[in-house]
Amino acid sequence: MRLVEHQSRKLLSGYGIAFTDSVVVSTAAEAAAAARRIGGPVMVKAQVPFGGRAKAGAVRSAETAEAAAGEAEQLLGTDLRGVPVTSVSVESKVRFSRELYAGIAWDTTDKLPVALLSTGGGIDVELSDEHVARQTFDPSLGLAVGDSRGMAAKLGLGGRTLEAAASLLEQLANAFLETDAVLIEINPLVEQTDGELLGLDAHVEIEDDAMYRQQERLAPLGELASTNTGRPPTPLELEAARIDAMDHRGVAGRVVEFDGNLALLIGGGGASLTVFDAILDHGGKPANYCEVGGNPTPEKVAAVTELLLSKPGVSNLAVVMNVVNNTRADDIAAGVVAGVRQTGQEPADVISVFRVPGNREQEAHDILTAAGVPFCGREASLDECARLAVQRGDHAT
Amino acid sequence: MLLDPQAEIMVQGITGREARAMVADMLEYGGNIVAGVTPGKGGQEVQGIPVYDSVAQLKANHAPTVTIVSVPARAVLEATREALAQGIELCLIMSERVPRLDTCKIIAEAKQAGCTIVGPNSLGLIRPHIAKLGTIGGRIDNVQRSFLPGRTAVLSRSGGMTTEIASFLTTHGIGQSIAVGVGGDTIIGATFTELITMLEDDESTDAVVIYGEPGGTAEEELASYLSACRSRLRINAFLSGRFVDDLEGVRFGHAAVIVEGGRGSVRGKKQALRDAGVFVADRFDDLLQGLS
Repeated sequence: MRLVEHQSRKLLSGYGIAFTDSVVVSTAAEAAAAARRIGGPVMVKAQVPFGGRAKAGAVRSAETAEAAAGEAEQLLGTDLRGVPVTSVSVESKVRFSRELYAGIAWDTTDKLPVALLSTGGGIDVELSDEHVARQTFDPSLGLAVGDSRGMAAKLGLGGRTLEAAASLLEQLANAFLETDAVLIEINPLVEQTDGELLGLDAHVEIEDDAMYRQQERLAPLGELASTNTGRPPTPLELEAARIDAMDHRGVAGRVVEFDGNLALLIGGGGASLTVFDAILDHGGKPANYCEVGGNPTPEKVAAVTELLLSKPGVSNLAVVMNVVNNTRADDIAAGVVAGVRQTGQEPADVISVFRVPGNREQEAHDILTAAGVPFCGREASLDECARLAVQRGDHAT
Repeated sequence: MLLDPQAEIMVQGITGREARAMVADMLEYGGNIVAGVTPGKGGQEVQGIPVYDSVAQLKANHAPTVTIVSVPARAVLEATREALAQGIELCLIMSERVPRLDTCKIIAEAKQAGCTIVGPNSLGLIRPHIAKLGTIGGRIDNVQRSFLPGRTAVLSRSGGMTTEIASFLTTHGIGQSIAVGVGGDTIIGATFTELITMLEDDESTDAVVIYGEPGGTAEEELASYLSACRSRLRINAFLSGRFVDDLEGVRFGHAAVIVEGGRGSVRGKKQALRDAGVFVADRFDDLLQGLS
């Protein structure tokens, strides 16, 4: 769950991190009023949940309140990566002597949280060794005072700035552990003339699997915008998610839509990736990625099958899973056959490949045979089935 | 080698629906389960196996060295700590969606206690015709069709693909010494590198098949290990999810499958493994080339 900038700032302010004054507004008039209240030159920034905003032209500078209104007007009308800009922040433009970067992330090799501090800050932060201090820390204890000072000293910081950087890193580490974050970044973090540090931007991501214990802490931040695909979900993806949620048993509805004509019902987690690659290798054009697993009910499989086939231009469906351990092959078969019939078509005309070996495969075989669809067992590899799906789809059209 | 068939096994969360089915399958295939734990269900039995309220109570009557943790995600940290306090040597965590912070605490504490962690989000491991730990392979008839004893180890980030690869090898007459679903999360206990270090000393293994995915650093880490230390094992790899390389920030399949800022790309992982002397199959079926 990636928080937008103003939510990230608010969360981190609670841990004692200082940021520039900032007001979030949703109209040009409000932007002008905010700029007047702040006084002097301001920055106007689109509040969207992804990075690279400066390069995308979504961070603007304005000398006057009128100019701020103009910039806000322009930003509020646009889409960034398909996400409509509905709010902007107006904040004071500060003077600083240099830019730094501070962050906390997971080190997947050491399997520990790691604190990062760099003097090569700014929007193009290069994490080259010379300008970066990194220090892993105990997830039960946080970042030790000696370690945070050591990081600041390694980069040649001294005096007031050394102390400020060390305590900022400790505060960020505490925030990281308490909020179940997967990433916290302050970039740029600027050193002011008096040696104090001030954050100009903040980026916080909270782990989805820990949301159950973070609800209360995050509630004051307002609505959280989930963007799993980095773009707003399509109507088909939303409907698939609704189908998936209608029954907690199993997964059948985690859909990502693509431009092609071949509908895919694939699983589990690893095999779905393998099959998608193989379909592309053989020249196929997937209409969607849709993972199935964890033993969904036939009703859920039928509903998602019907949905995938409703997409304009889709004429065929391939159902390919690895040798299933727990999912019932007969439930998948019954669901797919019923789903195709719900569209008014015949399973034999639509299903180009059905390959679900393993648990209850004999029963699945019987259901498909009765519907006139050949059943593929484990002898046909994932790769071979992808090839068949593409080949038979080509013949059909 | 992991999983001595004589080792006594306990199951934490033994009264859950899936755990009950697993216990029956393990007892039939080979898996020396002696007792289980579910708080509040002490005194019950599952397939004739006694259930206790806590690991401490269980230890008064039994001496397991292996545990299977199959409890809700939010209870995994405490359940594992309970097992570590009682001197468990091998801990399989099957639970999915365990917060990363909890996983890292478990790994750090297990290291102190000298315990090997497999998982989280792992279906388990199997030594064909010897023993299995977890639900890997599913029901017994499917396990028997999919796995064949032999000299190739299968190490996979996907539980389903562990069985798929073993079944594919079995179809082509290539048996397995062990198959491990290492877990589908970004941060896991025993990694490819740690398992291959163990397999170096295992006389029953000549070759290895690795199944990798986008995200995380497990494959890159293995590549740097193999570049630094020559392995006697013939190592082969297949990685899926090339299409994810071009879809930065989008999540597919497992929690770990995400490419961020170019890190964790399949392209980079394959190149690193090839540079380290690993046979990398571009297509799944090509895996046979490296094993024949």
